[in-house]
Amino acid sequence: MKTGVLLLLITASAVCVAAANGSWLKKVPKADRERVSPYSGVPDAASAGRLIFSDNCAKCHGEDAEGKRNRPSLRSERVRNATDGEIAWLLKNGNMFKGMPNWSGLPEQQRWQVIAYIRSLNSPVSGVRP
Amino acid sequence: MVYAFSDGFKQLSARAIFLSAAFVLTSWTAAPAQQDPPYFVTYSSVLEEPGNLEIENQNIAAKPRNTNAFFAPTLEFEYGVTAWWTAEAYLQGQATSNDSTVFTGYRFESRFRPLPREYWINPVLYVEYENVNNADRSFLEITGNTSTSILEVPNARLRKELERSIEGKLILSSNVKGWNFSENIIAEKAVNESEPWEFGYAIAASRPLRLKGTTRSCVLCLQNLSAGAELFGGLGTRYSFGLKQTQQYAAPTIALNTPHGMTFKFSPEFGLNDNSAGVLWRFGMTYEIQQFRDWFRRSK
Repeated sequence: MKTGVLLLLITASAVCVAAANGSWLKKVPKADRERVSPYSGVPDAASAGRLIFSDNCAKCHGEDAEGKRNRPSLRSERVRNATDGEIAWLLKNGNMFKGMPNWSGLPEQQRWQVIAYIRSLNSPVSGVRP
Repeated sequence: MVYAFSDGFKQLSARAIFLSAAFVLTSWTAAPAQQDPPYFVTYSSVLEEPGNLEIENQNIAAKPRNTNAFFAPTLEFEYGVTAWWTAEAYLQGQATSNDSTVFTGYRFESRFRPLPREYWINPVLYVEYENVNNADRSFLEITGNTSTSILEVPNARLRKELERSIEGKLILSSNVKGWNFSENIIAEKAVNESEPWEFGYAIAASRPLRLKGTTRSCVLCLQNLSAGAELFGGLGTRYSFGLKQTQQYAAPTIALNTPHGMTFKFSPEFGLNDNSAGVLWRFGMTYEIQQFRDWFRRSK
């Protein structure tokens, strides 16, 4: 019995560690991965996204999106390399067993605007400033 | 309009005003839950974000036929334990004109989201333990065969009749093109009395008035306003399932989410049959203390 519980805990820990390493990316269906942001190239999208980010995301990821405590930075190689569709999938579905809630209640247009803002943070000439 | 705000409210005692002021001041402390639909009774699949503490004060005022006007505030504390588990506690009271002000009880509930992803229909499981007396007028859910005739009984008698019960809800919720559709199926069983299982329901739909965010920070912008409608009521008991002798309400509802501020909600709830109150005027405000659990962590 004790061995079973121990194995369960080890398995759960392994799953958590794997998820922390961005394993959610592997779960993204191909159709979602290839989605293109409707706000790509729209000048105001990142500015609007900054306000939405500030209201909803900054509490965990920080006002500057560099992460807080154990919550990840969004100015990272992983985010830079992720496609718009992959980030959109994460915002819609969350990564609930790693603490990332889903944001499906936020209108899709606003989620895309947040993605535009995150993209601006990771572009070579960074970002939208207040 | 017999049931509208009438002279009855003017007679509410100083104790009632103190009670409501205490509830309001207690809840006047935090940022809005931007994705919460504007419902009072119906639950959606939106859970509290992990580590956040949401404090909500919601109130009902009404003057049902042949009874005294009443005011019933409820204070809710909602905490996001994890991204898939939200726990909540309620404290309830009421004040009735020409009668008294009483504390009516408390509730504990948890909501669990069993599926890890977003689907067309997203289920959430809800369990609750409640310890409330029959003077309760919170109308947080309606189950079984009830009518507003109980409101004619004095508080002194009703508060002695305590009901402890467990309640389960199946919450189903969908998000489609900015719209939220939610359906709740409720089952309740008293554990200190030999009453049969009681059933109820709530359904709702809502949408923000604007789906795109704007480039300037503002309070009265359309994207901060959401509107919708709720329909809820009892479905009888195990032995008398159906709409007969149940309370039924339909309600338009509106909410304003202020940026980095509070959420304000308002809804007039219209009784649809003779067992229901004419109109329940419901209003509430919510404040979210973001990452409340960080207050108790050493490292910054």
